Amino acid sequence: MVKNILILLLLLGVGLIAFDIFGAFTENKELSPTAAYYAENAAHEVGAANLVTAIVVTYRGLDTLGEVSILFLTAAIISFMLKFRKEEEMEASDLRPASELFITATQVFTPIILIMGIYIFLNGHLTPGGGFQGGAVIASAFLLMLMAKPRLQLSHRVIARVESISGISYVILGVLGIAFAGGFLDNRVLSLGSFGELMSAGIIPFIYSFIGLKVGAELSNIIGTMSNLQKENK
Amino acid sequence: MVQVILIIGLMLMLLGIYGFMQSKNLLKIVIAFTLFNTGINIIMVSVGYLADAKAPILDKLPDLNEIPNMVDPVPQAMVLTAIVIGLGVTALMLSYVLKLHQEKRSLDINNFKDLKW
Repeated sequence: MVKNILILLLLLGVGLIAFDIFGAFTENKELSPTAAYYAENAAHEVGAANLVTAIVVTYRGLDTLGEVSILFLTAAIISFMLKFRKEEEMEASDLRPASELFITATQVFTPIILIMGIYIFLNGHLTPGGGFQGGAVIASAFLLMLMAKPRLQLSHRVIARVESISGISYVILGVLGIAFAGGFLDNRVLSLGSFGELMSAGIIPFIYSFIGLKVGAELSNIIGTMSNLQKENK
Repeated sequence: MVQVILIIGLMLMLLGIYGFMQSKNLLKIVIAFTLFNTGINIIMVSVGYLADAKAPILDKLPDLNEIPNMVDPVPQAMVLTAIVIGLGVTALMLSYVLKLHQEKRSLDINNFKDLKW
């Protein structure tokens, strides 16, 4: 009872503070100087139609590299932590098989979802979307497959290869920027091309494809590790 | 107008705080954390809102020295990062929950008192 009252008091306090801040908030009438710089120059300097992509991949590409490494660390920690099997050998898993309807639907939809993910990360510089979103969509296809066939084992070797190759390629592309363009992760290694085409904006499509593959592999790895543990638990 | 979105974000945040303070089930606590996270993301995106502006995706190359009419892209890029980090945190929390459940066969937080004195 006392605990509930304390929680309510805390909520009230946080709510009052935030309400005060939000009440005084007035929306900007024009872009802040940083945003105005991006709005004015990003399309000419980077050549990407999606300015969020231009910021994420080029202007703040180093942050994105760090973000990808955080995701990698998460996947690594999870597989390390969930790896240890119990001493006694687990009896054969008696997971309930998925229904016929679900398995058939999975066979139809998995390729479509994979293609959708690839489409999203290839067009990251033109349309809403990008490597992280596309990678998440790809991982959702693997999740569907694991739910339809609970005994399925995702090949850790393939996943690890895809992940490390795309991670290394991402860094190599960034280093190429030092050699052939203005600096680390500069996208003008290739020509900017004509605005709004698939092969434009320098190396952004390649970088975002590698990010997409890497994120997809990492998320699939997390899903696969968790499903393995669940199989052991049964 | 943007105040409405801010209040929605704030309400999601408060709901999340209430959820992880109050509930006993570990999975519900994880869900409450993601609600909290989503509320903060909504607030961050709405801070970059400009009245009558479009999404920061151009359909043609703007002229030199022309500033297109669009919302602030910087908070959106930040939130993209925040979503990914939130996903990593959620995955870690879920794997801790799996591990805890493996140890004690229970999801009730009251059963985990090993560090309590």
